[in-house]
Amino acid sequence: MASHATQSLGDGADDRVFLDLEGEHHPEGSTMLGFWIYLMSDCLIFAVLFATYAVLGRNYAAGPAPKDLFDLSLVAVNTSMLLFSSITYGFAMLEMAKDNIARTQLWLAVTGLFGAAFVGLELYEFAHLIHEGATPQRSAFLSSFYTLVGTHGLHVTFGIVWLVILMIQVRQRGLIAENQRRLMCLSMFWHFLDVIWIGVFTFVYLMGVLQ
Amino acid sequence: MSGAAHANDHGHGHGHGHAHGHGQDAHGHGSFKDYVTGFVLSVILTAIPFWLVMGDVLGDKLVTSVVVLGLAVVQIVVHMIYFLHMNTKSEGGWTFLALIFTITIVVITLCGSIWVMHHLNSNMMPTSVEDMRHAP
Repeated sequence: MASHATQSLGDGADDRVFLDLEGEHHPEGSTMLGFWIYLMSDCLIFAVLFATYAVLGRNYAAGPAPKDLFDLSLVAVNTSMLLFSSITYGFAMLEMAKDNIARTQLWLAVTGLFGAAFVGLELYEFAHLIHEGATPQRSAFLSSFYTLVGTHGLHVTFGIVWLVILMIQVRQRGLIAENQRRLMCLSMFWHFLDVIWIGVFTFVYLMGVLQ
Repeated sequence: MSGAAHANDHGHGHGHGHAHGHGQDAHGHGSFKDYVTGFVLSVILTAIPFWLVMGDVLGDKLVTSVVVLGLAVVQIVVHMIYFLHMNTKSEGGWTFLALIFTITIVVITLCGSIWVMHHLNSNMMPTSVEDMRHAP
């Protein structure tokens, strides 16, 4: 930056377009930071939903409590699905670094399947709860529960959509710089969702059953 | 400012031994060992709290809650380091600064909400007629 500034000093007043002079790999560097800041703002959304659940989570309105509803073994399987998908995405990134398109695609596909299994199990759990009469409008506890866990599930769902689109992109264009950047953004997004899930299974499921 | 941060990245990028020379390794790809270490630690840190709660090992609910929450915090840190490749150097420290800022806001939001709403709950409870009679 300093060298550009000294170069442009003598060029007169109309030499104001220093964004072009920064060099072409500048946008890639700031994309990662920008995406990280997006993730942090997403983190705030979840923080607000966690706070709502913390405040409303014990207002059962004479309805079912977490102890009556949650099946911890199902949650444990669900958690392992997300954890497996995290490490398989990691393997995809390692293959991407080696420029191996076929293996990158393979690990991305495995990640997508684990993600789909997670969403499927969550939908099965929700359907089971609603079948038992524990609908979102039953009590404040259930409203906040569905909002928090549902928001996380929606994030994973859109993550899978993004993953499929990127697999098509990689298939069409290969592992070009743009696709590598996109895959790195999705990598951060995917691992971030796993971090949020740690909070969900601890705070909502495990501590809910404890009470 | 970001230009300076970027230059900083390149200064550190090669110290970590990444093969790619672009700005993309700002967050790094991690290594196979990193991912496996993170995964094994996560499995252990997930299995213990589920075992504690499902097997009712400790007996005391308060102790179990504190241990489970503590393990969750440790696991979040493990994920941040091994999966998200978080460190104080990437992007010239700006990602770390954003993380610290977010943690501050999250702690204020969570603690503040729970604190305020708990007091509101205990002070706004419907009082009995007897209490109302003696109220100032």
